[in-house]
Amino acid sequence: MSFLDVKDLKIHFPTDDGLVKSVDGLSFGVERGKTLGIVGESGSGKSVTSLGVLGLHKGGPAKISGEIWLDGEELIGASAEHVRGLRGKKMAMIFQDPLSSMHPYYTVGHQIIEAYRIHNDVTKQVARKHAVDMLGRVGIPEPGRRVDSYPHEFSGGMRQRAMIAMALSCDPELLIADEPTTALDVTVQAQILDLMRDLQREFDSALIVITHDLGVVAELSDDILVMYAGKCVEYGSADDIFYRPEHPYTWGLLGSMPRLDREPTERLMPIKGSPPSLINVPPGCAFSPRCPYAERTGGRAETEAPLLAETEGGHLVRCHMDRTERRDLWENEIKPVLETQ
Amino acid sequence: MACPATGQATRPVAVLTYIIRRVVGAFAMLIVISMVTFGIFFVVPQWAGATPEAMAARYVGRAATPETVHLVAERLGFNDPVVVQYGRFVKGLFAGAQYDYGAGVEQCPAPCFGYSFISGQPVWPDLVDRMPVTFSLAIGAAVIWVLAGVSVGVISALRRGSFFDRLSMGTALAGVSLPIFFTGMISLVVFSYGLGWTPPGGAWTDLAVNPLQWAYNLLLPWITLAFLFAAGYARLTRAGMLETMGEDYIRTARAKGLRERQVVVKHGLRAALTPILTLFGIDFGLLVGGAVLTETTYTLPGLGQFAILAIRNQDLPQVMGVVLIAAGFVVVASLIVDLLYAVVDPRVRLS
Repeated sequence: MSFLDVKDLKIHFPTDDGLVKSVDGLSFGVERGKTLGIVGESGSGKSVTSLGVLGLHKGGPAKISGEIWLDGEELIGASAEHVRGLRGKKMAMIFQDPLSSMHPYYTVGHQIIEAYRIHNDVTKQVARKHAVDMLGRVGIPEPGRRVDSYPHEFSGGMRQRAMIAMALSCDPELLIADEPTTALDVTVQAQILDLMRDLQREFDSALIVITHDLGVVAELSDDILVMYAGKCVEYGSADDIFYRPEHPYTWGLLGSMPRLDREPTERLMPIKGSPPSLINVPPGCAFSPRCPYAERTGGRAETEAPLLAETEGGHLVRCHMDRTERRDLWENEIKPVLETQ
Repeated sequence: MACPATGQATRPVAVLTYIIRRVVGAFAMLIVISMVTFGIFFVVPQWAGATPEAMAARYVGRAATPETVHLVAERLGFNDPVVVQYGRFVKGLFAGAQYDYGAGVEQCPAPCFGYSFISGQPVWPDLVDRMPVTFSLAIGAAVIWVLAGVSVGVISALRRGSFFDRLSMGTALAGVSLPIFFTGMISLVVFSYGLGWTPPGGAWTDLAVNPLQWAYNLLLPWITLAFLFAAGYARLTRAGMLETMGEDYIRTARAKGLRERQVVVKHGLRAALTPILTLFGIDFGLLVGGAVLTETTYTLPGLGQFAILAIRNQDLPQVMGVVLIAAGFVVVASLIVDLLYAVVDPRVRLS
C-alpha cells in the first residue's frame, strides 16, 4: 500500500437539478518522495478530489464514498475532528491564487504562525522565528522584515512562496498543490516549480500537483493521472503519458499544449467541444461526443462505459479501442503531426 | 501608493498621513456644518425678506416697542454684513461672547451658543446636562444591538435556510419596519403598566448616583432601541458572512487545520465586520446627537427631547445648539470609524 492510497473515491453533490458526480470512482496512490500529477480541464473533478483528500467536504452536502488511506490510516470514515488535526500537519495544500487564498487583514507572518501553532504547542516567539526561517527557505529576501508584511504588499511570486512556506510550516508528509503556478507570470512559474521540486526533495514528502497545464506536470511528476468528467481516463508514468499516450483525450491535451520547440506560426490543435455536464452523465464513454475516433468502436462508445484497463506495466487506459489500434493511431497519425509542428 | 519592496518602512508614514488627512477633513466638515447651520438660521430668513428688525423681534417678546426692537437689532449686529455676523458667531463658539444689553454686559463663556429665549439661561450648560442621558441610552443600546445583531447574523449565515435563519430574518424584517413610537408604546403598555417589570417612562437616575437603578430605568428603552438597530445589523452581518465564508482564504484557513470556530470568528467575521463598522459609526453618531423618538416615547430628558422642546418653543439659540452638537457627534463618530478602519483593514492605510 502506498503512503497515500485512494480507492474508488466518489464525491457526489446532490443539487436541485440532479446528482453531480464530480468524482466518480477514482483510484490512485503516491509514495513519499514521489510526485503525482493530476491533469484535466476545468470541471474534471481535480480540485474536488484534492479537497476530498484533505477532508474539506466533511460536514458539507457532498456524498463521499470509497477509501482514502494516508500512512495506513483511513480518512473517509474518520471523525471530522481527527481529520482536522491531520490537516495542515500531516497533509497540507497550496492553492491556486495566493492573493485571494491569503487573508487580506493579517500579515503573512501571522498566517504562518497561526498554521504552525495549531499543531505545535510553542510560544509566539518560537513560532515567529520558525515563520521567518520558513520564509527564508522558500527564498523570500529579508524574511525577518517581510514577515510583518501583508499579502497585498507582496508580488504574486512572493505570495506563492509565502503560501508554500505556510503549507510546509508543519513539515507535512503529503503536499497537494492545486494549480500552483496558474496565477503567475511564466518566468515566476519556472522559479516556483524549481522551488517545489527542491523542497520536496528536502522534506521527502509525497506531492500531488493538480493542473490543467501539461508543462507543469512534465517538470515535476513521476506519475500522471489524466482526469476526464470525474474519472481517470489514463494513468501512467510521465514517460508513458508523454511518449506512449494511448487515450484520445491525452492526445488532445498534448496537441493543445503550447511548446517552445514548435514554430510560433503553427496553430494549436484544440479539443473540439466542451466537457460534459456532470449531472446525469449519459451512458457510454464520457469523451465520445468529442472523440474523433468514436465511430471506430462500432457504436459501443454511446452505449457502454469503457473500463480502465492495464495496457502495459502500470499504464492504464480507459478506451474502447483495442491496444494495437490505439498504438497504431499514435505512431502513425498523432505523433508525426505533433512532432512536425 | 506604497512601494511593495519597502512596504514596511512606508507603513507608519502612510498611517500618519492617513490620520492627518482624516482629522483635517473632519475639521473642514465641522466648519462647513457651522456655516450651513448659521446660514439656515440667520441668512436664509434675511434672504427670504426678514428685516434686521424682524430678526431681532424674535429676541425681545411681543411687548417690545419698535424702538426697542431697532435697538436690539443694532446691538445684536443684524445690520452688519453676513460675514461679520458669521465671524461673531464662530468667535462666540471658541472664545465666548459678550452681550451688551445697555444696562450692563453679560459674559457668555465659550462655547457660547447664546441664551435661551424661554429660560434666559445660556444654552451650553443645558446641553451638557442632557448629554449623559442620551449617551447612556445610546451606549447601552449599542452594546445590545451590536452583540445581538452580529451573533444572530453569524448564526443565520452559518445555518442558511434553517428554521433559526428564517425566524430571525423574519423578526429582523419586523424590527427594521416597526417604528420606535410603536414598539416603544407597546413595550411600555406591556412591561411597565401591564406586568410592572420595568419602571414607567420618564424614569432617569444618574449612573454616578445608583448604577443599578440607572440600568433598570434604561432597560426597556435600551432593548426597544436595540431591536430597531439589531435587525439591520443582523441582516448586514448575515449578508457579509455569506460572502466572506465563500472566500478562498476561508478554505485556506480550514486547510491549515483551524477549528471551525476560529475559521468563522477570526477569518470570516473579521472580514465581514468592515461594513458593519461603517454603519455603526453613522448610527451611533446620529444617536448621541439625540435619540429623538426614543427619548420622546419614554420621556427621557436627553438631547432629543431637548431638541423637540426647543423646536416647539421656537427657541432659536437652543435649536442651533442642539443641531451643531448633533452634527459634531456625527463627524467625530465617522472620524473615529475612519481611523478604526485603518486598524481593521490594513489595505485602507495605503489607499
